[in-house]
Amino acid sequence: MSDLQALRKQVNYDKTFDCVQCGYCLPVCPTYETMKRETHSPRGRIHLVKMAGEGKITIADLKEPIEKCLGCMACTTICPTNVQYGRILEGAKEAIEQQEVKSGFQRKTEQFLFDRVFPSSRWMGTLGNAAWLYQKSGMRKLAQVTYLTSASPLNVSRFEKAVPDQPGPLERSLRKHRIRPDYKLRMTVAFFTGCVMDGVFFDTNQNTIELLRLSGAEVVVPRQQTCCGALHSHAGKSATAEELAVRNMEAFDLEEIDYIVNNAGGCGAKMTEYPHLFERGTYWHERAEDFSEKVRDISEVLVELNGLEFTEPIERTITYQPSCHMTHVQRVSEPPLLLLNQVRGLKLRPLKRPDFCCGSAGIYNLVNYDESMKILDVKMDDVKEKRPDAVITTNPGCLIQMRVGIERTGLEKKMEAMHLVDLLMEAGPVPK
Amino acid sequence: MKNWIDELKRVLTPKQVLTELADRHSYSFDASFGEYLPEAVVQVKNKYEVASVLKAANEFHFPVYPRGKGTCLSGGPLPVHGGVVLDLSQWPEQIKVRPEDLTVVVSPSALPANINQAAEEYGLMYAPDPSSAHVATIGGNLAENSGGPRGLKYGVTKDFVLGLEIVTPEGEITWTGGKTIKNVTGFDLTKLIVGSEGTLAVITEATLKLLPKPPAVQTMMVSFKDVRSAGEAVSKTLTSGILPSKMEFMDQACIRAVENFQPAGLPIDAEAILIIELDGHPEGIAAELEIVEKIMIDLGASETIVPGNPEEAARIWHARKQVSPAIAQIKPTKVSEDATVPRSKIPDMMESLQAIKEKYKVEIFVFGHAGDGNLHPNILCDKRDQEEMARVESAVEEIMLAAIKLGGTLSGEHGIGTLKAPFMEAAIGKVGLDMMKRMKESWDPNNILNPGKIFPGQVQRLVLRNE
Repeated sequence: MSDLQALRKQVNYDKTFDCVQCGYCLPVCPTYETMKRETHSPRGRIHLVKMAGEGKITIADLKEPIEKCLGCMACTTICPTNVQYGRILEGAKEAIEQQEVKSGFQRKTEQFLFDRVFPSSRWMGTLGNAAWLYQKSGMRKLAQVTYLTSASPLNVSRFEKAVPDQPGPLERSLRKHRIRPDYKLRMTVAFFTGCVMDGVFFDTNQNTIELLRLSGAEVVVPRQQTCCGALHSHAGKSATAEELAVRNMEAFDLEEIDYIVNNAGGCGAKMTEYPHLFERGTYWHERAEDFSEKVRDISEVLVELNGLEFTEPIERTITYQPSCHMTHVQRVSEPPLLLLNQVRGLKLRPLKRPDFCCGSAGIYNLVNYDESMKILDVKMDDVKEKRPDAVITTNPGCLIQMRVGIERTGLEKKMEAMHLVDLLMEAGPVPK
Repeated sequence: MKNWIDELKRVLTPKQVLTELADRHSYSFDASFGEYLPEAVVQVKNKYEVASVLKAANEFHFPVYPRGKGTCLSGGPLPVHGGVVLDLSQWPEQIKVRPEDLTVVVSPSALPANINQAAEEYGLMYAPDPSSAHVATIGGNLAENSGGPRGLKYGVTKDFVLGLEIVTPEGEITWTGGKTIKNVTGFDLTKLIVGSEGTLAVITEATLKLLPKPPAVQTMMVSFKDVRSAGEAVSKTLTSGILPSKMEFMDQACIRAVENFQPAGLPIDAEAILIIELDGHPEGIAAELEIVEKIMIDLGASETIVPGNPEEAARIWHARKQVSPAIAQIKPTKVSEDATVPRSKIPDMMESLQAIKEKYKVEIFVFGHAGDGNLHPNILCDKRDQEEMARVESAVEEIMLAAIKLGGTLSGEHGIGTLKAPFMEAAIGKVGLDMMKRMKESWDPNNILNPGKIFPGQVQRLVLRNE
């Protein structure tokens, strides 16, 4: 196979022909709106991938337009011809990753993050514990005041205030791995903890398990599970993503469980796409299909179980920012709204453009900080108009990003960002 | 000698002039065929910037290709001779409704859907409704004289333009027409500019006419066992004293494609269906509905469906909108034609299309705006298959000639651009074409604006293959 043929296969060149260049994706693309050129639109990117496949531009020319894509997939929902933009995007990222010579520093940082931190629940736990120590000891305040954290790479400092108070190491280590409901057993589910969720939003994970338990589900938390691989796929590291997918498929015993439940829109999306990682007809492809069929968002399972009554009215005005990957990849959009409607007293003011990404997009906000903030500002204009006292989300990245947004607009005294699950726990859930 | 790209960066700001290879390729295409790499893309935001670019172009002799959102189906914004793509889509959107005059003043970047929405706040409407109204710019709609289903009753873009502010090819800012409904002051330059496909001027502002929004609409869907009866039903309706707002046609191939793609409950055994919309006062349309239904039944309609609520009606229109995506699933390349014939000739045109389909063994799907004779025969093919594309080229050529023979024309609403230029002489005659050329030469002596469009070049036949 010639180099160009190999590249065409890698970037899914053939799939670019599904695009009829009608431009219907332009009005829904956040980066087209904020970066104001066709180069940063889905139609432009698809065309550029095609040009790379024809040798008319180089992979280096492709780098900037591809890396500035959020991967929010809003274009795939609106696309009249079902272009598989996700496959084209990830293929292009893989090609860039393979051909690129990165600076030593960037490569080391990325290697550390992708090979060590995200796949390791131990590392994420340790990070969580470090965050806890840091908060409890008063270091946080000091660091914020002295701008100590602003010296760290990848703009991490800007997100540091958005991280919640952390539970202590003891609390983490005490989590049970099989939780049974008090009354009737209605189904058995496995809980996918997610690495960022479990490392940084441990309490939300505990709340998720509790809501399932109260709804009558037995919950198992497989110890061997690992990162879903979404961030790796988005960065073009398909080999690592494949490895992680295999480890997860081995960790979950599908015979025993009805669903694999998660509470992170991005992780859920990746896991429903596991079959894309493997060649059709192979053993792992088949296994991935079985696995992805069982993946569900917590909101879907709670709606299906329909086992909760919310006893505490919550007199608040909220708005809801759906996770893009939940809407456009998992195609789940109704269940969170159905649950919110069950809470008495809650006033939901829908956003004008809920499907417009918040700019979090995995680690996009870390590596493309300025672009991400421009998108967040558009989102916050929409949020501000609704005057909510809470923004509800269903994904850790969105949650952190919305907190940053609230802080950027100086509304931290008037508004907070919350995971749907935490709000539901506040509403006094009891078994029906 | 001064470099013209540097000159553009000097008269504008450097960040308005895009020269990176990725940016240039991103403006090398539209929704039709072919790709042509410009040397620069210039993003302008006011008329003075447009004037500066055109003055520089006349000094340095580089071509300028105005572009809205690049949704054109005939190659209008393609930079076929390189030079500059003039991107007007990032111009700040302005829509100023003047309800007491029933007019609206818009910037070239305004979206037709937004214009209509702004008008609706005053109980008014902007009638032209091309299917890309939520994406395309009004500038592009004006340049191409876009149509849409409602064209049947209300007319097309040109029927809604009272005045324009333009920059001439030599970089002079001026205006045409005015703000009044009646206006016979000199040549009607407004109508000349509208539909000139960006070859005579860059439109920088437009004053458009609005109409009162009809208070009610009623949809009906009618199935026919043969195409000829469907065509006759259109003529009969239009001569019965009733003017529906839309009369859309789908052939059996389209019906089946939609049902395979996203089942909508369309009658798959029907040879053709008509989707009709009446608008006006509720009492009026109730009476009209009865008359239309009777006409349909008299002409042998096998089924008429009258949706009882807006949701059901929306489902029918959604099915009509699914035709394009549904047929695009069949093969990757869609050659979308819009040859238009006098309304009475629709059945004859349908027969010609059937014959062409068999002769060249190509997949033709026919749908479109039957009420105004504007059909959209779409040929589904694969542009990587050279042999097939050669057959498609011949089929398209014959479709054009068939339309002309029936007293019709090359394009109802997509424009001539690059694709249909070879057929211009056949359509409008030697003298007519020569008069048009002379006008172009006097407006644009240095051939700056959108060269390579409308007028046939060396290539005298349709070419869809680019390798």
